[in-house]
Amino acid sequence: MNIFLQQIVNGLVQGSVYALVALGYTMVYGILGLINFAHGEVVMVGAMLSLTALGVLLGWDVSPLLALPISVVIAMIGCMALGYSIERVAYRPLRHAPRLAPLITAIGISILLQNLAMMIWGRGYHPFPILFENSLHTFAGAIINDIQIAIILLALIIMTGLMWVVNHTRLGRSMRAVAENQHAAQLMGVDINRVISITFMLGSALAAIAGLMVSANYGLAHYYMGFLLGLKAFTAAVLGGIGNLRGAMLGGLLLGLIESLGAGYIGDLTGGFLGSNYQDVFAFFVLIAVLVFRPSGLLGERIAERA
Amino acid sequence: MSRRSLRDSLRFGLLATLLREFYTMNFFTKHNSRLLFWLMLAALVLLPFVTDALLGRGWVRIVDFAMLYIMLALGLNIVVGYAGLLDLGYIAFFAVGAYCYALTGSPHLAAAFPTVFPEGIHLPFFIVLPLAALVAGGFGVLLGAPTLRLRGDYLAIVTLGFGEIIRIFMNNLNAPINLTNGPQGISRIDPITIVGVSLNSTQSLFGITLPSVHLYFYLFLTCTAVVVFISHRLERSRIGRAWMAIREDEVAATAMGLNTRNLKLLAFAMGAMFGGVSGTLFAGFQGFVSPESFSLMESIMVLCMVVLGGMGNISGVILGGILLALLPEILRHSVVPIQQSLFGKTLIDPESLRMLLFGFALIAVMLYRPAGLWPSRLRKRELQSDETAETV
Amino acid sequence: MTTLLQLSGISKQFGGLSALSDVDLHIRRGEIYGLIGPNGAGKTTLFNVITGLYQASAGQFEFNGTRYLSCKPHVLAQAGIARTFQNIRLFANLSALENVMIGRHVRTQAGVFGALFRNKKTRNEERAISQRAEELLRYVGIAKSSHTLAKHLSYGEQRRLEIARALATEPLLLALDEPAAGMNATETESLKTLLQAIRETGITVLLIEHDVKLIMGLCDRVAVLDYGKKIAEDVPENVRNHPAVITAYLGASDD
Repeated sequence: MNIFLQQIVNGLVQGSVYALVALGYTMVYGILGLINFAHGEVVMVGAMLSLTALGVLLGWDVSPLLALPISVVIAMIGCMALGYSIERVAYRPLRHAPRLAPLITAIGISILLQNLAMMIWGRGYHPFPILFENSLHTFAGAIINDIQIAIILLALIIMTGLMWVVNHTRLGRSMRAVAENQHAAQLMGVDINRVISITFMLGSALAAIAGLMVSANYGLAHYYMGFLLGLKAFTAAVLGGIGNLRGAMLGGLLLGLIESLGAGYIGDLTGGFLGSNYQDVFAFFVLIAVLVFRPSGLLGERIAERA
Repeated sequence: MSRRSLRDSLRFGLLATLLREFYTMNFFTKHNSRLLFWLMLAALVLLPFVTDALLGRGWVRIVDFAMLYIMLALGLNIVVGYAGLLDLGYIAFFAVGAYCYALTGSPHLAAAFPTVFPEGIHLPFFIVLPLAALVAGGFGVLLGAPTLRLRGDYLAIVTLGFGEIIRIFMNNLNAPINLTNGPQGISRIDPITIVGVSLNSTQSLFGITLPSVHLYFYLFLTCTAVVVFISHRLERSRIGRAWMAIREDEVAATAMGLNTRNLKLLAFAMGAMFGGVSGTLFAGFQGFVSPESFSLMESIMVLCMVVLGGMGNISGVILGGILLALLPEILRHSVVPIQQSLFGKTLIDPESLRMLLFGFALIAVMLYRPAGLWPSRLRKRELQSDETAETV
Repeated sequence: MTTLLQLSGISKQFGGLSALSDVDLHIRRGEIYGLIGPNGAGKTTLFNVITGLYQASAGQFEFNGTRYLSCKPHVLAQAGIARTFQNIRLFANLSALENVMIGRHVRTQAGVFGALFRNKKTRNEERAISQRAEELLRYVGIAKSSHTLAKHLSYGEQRRLEIARALATEPLLLALDEPAAGMNATETESLKTLLQAIRETGITVLLIEHDVKLIMGLCDRVAVLDYGKKIAEDVPENVRNHPAVITAYLGASDD
């Protein structure tokens, strides 16, 4: 088995998920200039909703081939409603308040969602049901399974679709206009509130899919999964250049690779002093390094404080 | 005037003033703040006895913990409330203080370095306390330095990352050298000893029995008083004004010649020191520390205290600290019995209800009362608009 | 009159965009110096370079006889350059008095030790700070609002408070970014009186302004920027009749 290639495969799978979640952060940031702290919890809710829907549908003897898409759609709708409400309740009233205010409400929403989820779904782990035979493929010494292939492909399709929406539709044009200059966009007849709501909903729909992917990949979901995932996806967004869609995708994939390669080799690099149990630290170090040395990220433009 | 008549008139005057003040509902005005001070001091000195008698000894312990939280909240208030730097990893400094004492006041290091410290290290408390404050302050500067150029929301996430990093290290630094003992944590920490008296013992003074929790209460009360004093002095100083200027508008602040880098680092260091002191006391009081006590939720709880009470206002922060430190206990004693009697079973456990309430509180305060439950002196002063508040 | 501020060959690029190219500027002690130019001419960029908010991409910066290689805003404030902002940047939730007291920061010393022990030196310093701040509030004419939060002051009062705060830093050069913006004729007139009074105390004033009448009536010398270049620098009468200026700016917008 080729360890290096295996870590690359794992990194790409993980990175695809990060990229999808990072898109949610970066779209909201691009438009509102604000970090949607609660986004990670939306991913968690997406995972939980889709798992619950799957369980119910399978219980009714619906074929897995039908149950999976239906539960994805249910999770997406649920998360879109959630994203919409978060924006209405926590962000819209504070759009002109000092920066700290929406950040604190976002933390509040995060805690609220986490604990509501814990009450609804319990503290335990929810296993992802086995829907299909998950066969393994060997590829130049690395092993990849069907779920992982599906994750990478699906992520690619979704990201291409999103790029198309943003670049070639009326909605995308309004989004870019609002991101560029809210006031001017409003004067040109763009309904800002509508665009912002749709952005939140779009990001949340992606989060729902990402949630399903994570739980399918690890085979489980739990109420606390959103926190770390959200943090890492945010790191990915910053790494790529926050506010930049392509950057979020690049950053997600890169972070996935850094993490899996780092975890694979840290033991060798530090002579066994640090082990792969430090895997979660890499993302933070990447985040800090990027913010200190290149706050605009890899593809971002320089954000100068306006005088 | 003889001493006796002085005392009599004092006693008389006190009573008369009290009555008059209550009568005119003018109790909290400026000129009798000294009286108020003595009354509050008396109440605080009696607090553990009253609590013990009315609610039981377990509650004195809860009050002790509340004092630790107040210190933490006041420390975070310097960073968030004065300097406007949203630190979400603040509990890390509490952890640093706690582990400082855990390492230097327990047999733990004997296992890792049997030849150097065959008995572990047992530094006396009065050395560890300033040491831990310094170490925590150092960590404050170290963790603050990379965040200096970051805007508020980035800063929040980076500090959150730092908090997690420190916790991950505490969890994993049990191998190859066992420094932190990993998730099991460090136990058998020396009880705090002051002038040869171990606070883990029952003492009697003038025929009054003082159990251990009472002794710790007085120690914590003293430390909290010092922290309040320092906060208060800083708030009304050149440094405090500079912090608030940075909070209000960093660009304008540098244009006015403020060295924002140094001032922010100072705020991080001061806040971290308070956290470190509180952590040291925590370790000595518990006799045991483990990474579990320093999770993100604890950081958020301390943040809640500051936000709920009123950012930048000492009394507000104290109020927030008391409310939130007592809340879980009150919930524990009320939520379960109420649910049992209503539904016959416990649907929502008090712990998750507490977190739910935190979430609600953060949102509600920001939406409807951004200045907190006890708004800061400035708003009050603006309402008064006379100059009494300015001249001290 | 001797030179206070000497800029030579200042350029500033944003990405590929050149906002200032090879600008020389020379401000003499004790004068009121005006900086005008059409929108987008680079006035505010130059202003931000002078006050340290932007770092010039190239050029030399000499102030009060010292050459500065890297000009951080707080270093320049220490050196004696104080500014106001076009879109007013006060410390909104602090009182007017406190705003001015913060201006004293750079000329005072008390640190943590002084704050905690409040020794005699610190007490005296604090007293001096608040006295001076009150004086300055009186000087700019808003003493009655000293305990009002800055954000609750009227627009004109806020402009004056910004000037008081800047004066508190004991500047050699007071740089004002469109101080008359949004003011009515009476307010502008009293601003003019205030600026003249400030100049009488020996402080040099640099002024960016859209109100050409104010500039022409107030300034000793005026520089005109167009497309990031200085196209004229002279006494107002000559600038008014300068052909390049007339084509670039005055001809279009002067009434």
